[in-house]
Amino acid sequence: MRIFVCVKQVPDTSGTVAVNEDGTLNRASMETIINPDDLIAMEQALQIKDETGCQVTAVTMGPPPAEGMLRELVAMGADDAILISGREFGGSDTFATSQIIAAGITHVGLQEDDMVFCGRQAIDGDTAQVGPQIAEKLGLPQISYASEITKEGNEVTVKRMLEDGYMMIKTKTPCLITCISDQDKKARYMSLAGIKHSYESPYQIFDFEELKDEPLIQPDKIGLKGSPTNIFKSFTPPQKGIGEMLEGADMKTAETLAAKLLEKHAI
Amino acid sequence: MDFSLTKEQEMLKKLAAQFAEEELEPMAQEIDEQHVFPVENFAKMAKQGFTGVNIPEEYGGAGGGQLEKAICVEEFCKKCMSSGATLSIHLMAPETILKHGTKEQKEKYLPQLTKGGVLGAFALTEPSAGTDAAGVRTTAVYDEATDEYILNGTKCFITGGSRADILVIFAMTEPKLGTKGMSAFIVERAFEGFDHGKIENKMGLNGSETAELVLEDCRVPAKNMLGKKNKGFGMAMGALDSARVGVAAQAVGCAEGALELAVQYASERVQFGKPINRLQGIQWYLAEMKTKTEAAKALMLNAVYAAETKKRYSIEASMAKLFCSQTAREVVNLALQIHGGYGYMHDYPLERMYRDAKLTEIYEGTSEVQKLVISRSLVK
Amino acid sequence: MAFDSSKIEEFKDIWVFCEERNGELMRTDFELISEGRKLADEREGAQLVGLLLGHNVEGLAKELGGYGADKVIVIDEPELEVYTTDAYAKAIVDCIEDKKPEVVLYGATNYGRDLAPRCAARLETGLTADCTHLDIDMNEYTDFLRKASTLDVDGTKWDMDDVNLKMTRPAFGGHLMATIICPRFRPCMSTVRPGVMQKREFDQAKADATEVERYHIEFKEGDINTQVQDVVKATKKIVDLIGADIIVSVGRGIAKDIDGGIKLAEQLTEAFGGGVVGGSRVTVDSGWLSKDHQVGQTGKTVHPKIYVALGISGSIQHKAGMQESDLIIAVNKDENAPIFEIADYGICGDLFKVTPMLIKAISEARANK
Repeated sequence: MRIFVCVKQVPDTSGTVAVNEDGTLNRASMETIINPDDLIAMEQALQIKDETGCQVTAVTMGPPPAEGMLRELVAMGADDAILISGREFGGSDTFATSQIIAAGITHVGLQEDDMVFCGRQAIDGDTAQVGPQIAEKLGLPQISYASEITKEGNEVTVKRMLEDGYMMIKTKTPCLITCISDQDKKARYMSLAGIKHSYESPYQIFDFEELKDEPLIQPDKIGLKGSPTNIFKSFTPPQKGIGEMLEGADMKTAETLAAKLLEKHAI
Repeated sequence: MDFSLTKEQEMLKKLAAQFAEEELEPMAQEIDEQHVFPVENFAKMAKQGFTGVNIPEEYGGAGGGQLEKAICVEEFCKKCMSSGATLSIHLMAPETILKHGTKEQKEKYLPQLTKGGVLGAFALTEPSAGTDAAGVRTTAVYDEATDEYILNGTKCFITGGSRADILVIFAMTEPKLGTKGMSAFIVERAFEGFDHGKIENKMGLNGSETAELVLEDCRVPAKNMLGKKNKGFGMAMGALDSARVGVAAQAVGCAEGALELAVQYASERVQFGKPINRLQGIQWYLAEMKTKTEAAKALMLNAVYAAETKKRYSIEASMAKLFCSQTAREVVNLALQIHGGYGYMHDYPLERMYRDAKLTEIYEGTSEVQKLVISRSLVK
Repeated sequence: MAFDSSKIEEFKDIWVFCEERNGELMRTDFELISEGRKLADEREGAQLVGLLLGHNVEGLAKELGGYGADKVIVIDEPELEVYTTDAYAKAIVDCIEDKKPEVVLYGATNYGRDLAPRCAARLETGLTADCTHLDIDMNEYTDFLRKASTLDVDGTKWDMDDVNLKMTRPAFGGHLMATIICPRFRPCMSTVRPGVMQKREFDQAKADATEVERYHIEFKEGDINTQVQDVVKATKKIVDLIGADIIVSVGRGIAKDIDGGIKLAEQLTEAFGGGVVGGSRVTVDSGWLSKDHQVGQTGKTVHPKIYVALGISGSIQHKAGMQESDLIIAVNKDENAPIFEIADYGICGDLFKVTPMLIKAISEARANK
C-alpha cells in the first residue's frame, strides 16, 4: 500500500509580494514554502502511515530546486520522493499539469490498495483544480475538501467539509482525496533523525525522456502548448490609497460606508 | 575558511527557527514572569530530537556535532533564551557521558537523555569553588562492602538542578591531591541521599531554574564513576570548553533576535512623520549592531570548528564566549534603546532579553576568567 | 458524431450550472444567471440556459428564468438527489457533449469547485477558477480595465473583435489580477466567486415564459463510486481570531459601558454575517475580555477581510497585530488617534452612537444586495 502525496512549492504570499513592472510576479524575490494545504495532505498520509506502516511518496512537478522541498517532506516522514521536471512541462495550466502528474503516478504504477492525496488548492493559484483533474485522468473516484480520512481494508471514509457543515463519504481504493487545512490541524515538524537521512532516501527525477512513453504524455496535452487556457492579460489593481476619513458621524456616514464596502465587494 | 552549511544543516536551521517561533516564543514571556522551567518546551524538544542533537544515532541522538548543536541553540535563543540555554546546558551531560562513559553507561543513560525527555545537569560549582575547581569540597568515599561511593557536599548554581534526573557530579576522591584527586559520577535523582536545595531567584533567564544540590551520604554505585578515578578535573575542563561555545551560541542568537526586533520596530515606529529608520542616528546603531553580531558569529563558528577538529580548544572557546556575550549585551542594549519607552516595558521582549543577555557574561566562567584563559596563552 | 472540444465553431449558448441543496436554489444561482444574461447579450445569437440537476426539482426551474434564463434544462434523477462528483459530472458531461454550449459557468462553491475541474478534464477543455469578472465584448472589457487596473488601456492595441470569454480572477492573494482565455477549446468554463456578481431584479413575467426542457440521464452500475453516508449541518462554530474573516475589536473607548460596548461589537459582527470580537490589551488586562480575544499579543497577527476598531487608539503593538487586515475601519472620538493612520475608512465619533448606525446600515446593505 502506498500513498502518493502531490505537493507544490509556492511563493509565500503572506509575506511581501513583489510584482514586476509587466504585472507578473517577481518570484525570485520571494521566499518559497510548501503549499499549506499540501502539507496537511502529507500529515494525513503520515498519520495513516503511523497506523499501517504504508509507504508515502511525495510527488511534485517543478524546477530542479524543488528538490529541497521534497527532502523536507522526507525529513517529515515520507519514504521517498519524485520530482517531475522538464522544459517540455513548463507553462502548463491545471489541465496540462494534472496530465503530467497523472502520468508520473502511472509511471510508478497505481496499485489496488493505493491512494493519492493532494492539498485542496495552492495559495499561488487558488484554483483547486489539479486534484480533481488528476483523479479524472487516472479514472479514480475523488473526494475533495477532506478533513478526516480513515481507511479500513480497501474502504475509505472521509469527512468532507461543506460551507455550512460536512458530509461523510465512503469510497474504495484506489481513490484521490484533496485535503484542507483548518485551525486545529498542524503538520508535524521534520524530525532531526529525518533531516539527517533526508538526502539518502530514494529520490527520482522524471523528465520528459523518462515519461514520454506514458499514454498520458502527448505533446499537445502538456506544457504551454498543451494548455487549454492562456493568460490574456495580467495586471495590478490600482494601489490601495491611503485611508479616508468619512465626514460626519451620523446615519448618512454609516450608509456611505456600507455603500463603499458594497462597491468593494467587501460585504 | 568555508563556514557554509550543508543542505541538512540548512534544513536543521530552518526546523529550529520554525520550532522556536511556533513553540518557544509564545511561552517566552510567561516562563520569564512565572520563573518556571519550560517542562512543556523541553518535552517538545525531546520529541523532535533536539535533546540529542550532538549524540550518535546508536544512542538515540540525531548524529550531529558541535555545529548542529550551535545551530539549534542559536535559533532557540533568538526567541527564548531560557529554552535555548536549557538545551545548551542539558547537552553537557550526554556529551560528557558520551566522551568518557563506558559502553554500559552510554547504553543505560544516553537514550534517556537524548530521546527520553529526561533532563540532564552538570554539577561542578560549589560555594567555595567557582571557576577555581580546585576548591571543590564535595567528597566521594568508597565503601567496599557495597561497592559504592558515598558522596557528601553541596553544589550551587546548578542549572536544571531541581529538575534533572541524570546528573554528572564532580567530587574529591583524593582530597589531598587537589584537582588531581577529583572524579566524576553519574548520579540519578532517585539515589538515596540526593536532594536539591533552594531555587535561586535570578535577575534573568528565569525559565531556567538554578538550584543548590545537597548530597548527604548519597550512595552512588562504583560502576557509575565516569571515566577514570582522579581524572575528573580534565573532564570538567573539557566540558567547560564545550559549554563556553554553547554560551557563545546563546549570545549570538540573543543578539540576532534583538537586532531583528530593532530593525522591525525602526521600520514601523513613525516619529516626525517618518519611520525612525530614516534617522541617521538609528541607522548607525543598526549598522553597528549588525557588524558586531556578524563578528561574534564568526568567532563563535571559529570555536565550533576548533571544537570539531581539535582536542583542546580552550582559547577559541574563551574568545568566542568573551566576545559573543559582550556583543549580546551591547546589541540588546541598543535594540532596547531604539525601542525607547516601549523597550523598557515588560510587554516587549527586549527588557527580558536585556536581563537574559547579562548572564552570558557571567556563567560558565565570567568574562574576566575568559580573559585570564586567553592571556595565559600570550603571557608565559 | 463524437464530441470534439476543438471544433469551436460547433458550440453556442451560455450555460449556468445551477446548484440546488435540499430542494432550494442557492443565491449563487441567481448571481450567475444574472451575469450569464449579460454575457448572452454580448454574444450575438446566444441563449442563456440554466442547467438544473437534482431529484424532484423541476418546480424550481422557472424561478431561474425570472433572473434572465431563456431556458432551463432539468436533469431530474434519483441518483442526483444528493451531490456526488461522479453522478453530477456524468450528467453534466453527457449533456454538454450532446448540446455543445460555448460557455459554462459554475458557482465557486465547495460543490462547484469539486465538479467543474472533473468535467473540464473529461471534456478536454479549459477551466478558470474563482473568477470575479467576466466579459465577452471587448468594449466592456477595456472599460473594466480602465477602472480596475493600472494598465494604459488606451495606449495599448487590442483586438476589438475578440469574442473569447475573458475571465478575470485575482491571483497571489489579490496582489495580481489575471485575465484568462480559452481560445482553442469549447466549452469555455469558469467557476465564479460567490457574492461578487450582482443579482438582477426578479421578473415574474419572464419567469412564467421560461422554457423548461427535461433531459434524461441513464446511470449504469459503476458510474457512481462514492456513497454519501450522512450530511450534517454544523452547529455554530467557535472561530479564533487568527482564522476569522471578520473581526470587530474594542478598546478603552468602551470603558463607560463595558458590557454595552462588547454587545455592540458582537452585533456588528453579526451584521457582517458573523465574526469574532477582539480587544486591545487594555480590555484584556482589565478583565473585560478573556485573553484569547487579545489582538496585538506578541507573536500573533490577525489578517481578516474586515477589521473594525471601536474605541481603539492604536498602540504600535496593536497595529502590528492587525495592520495586515484586508480592510480596516476605525471609529474613535479622538481625530488624532494613531489608528486612523492605517484605517481605510475612519469615522470620528462616539462608538456608542456610531456603532448602532453601522449595524443598521450594513445589515440593510447586505440584505438588499
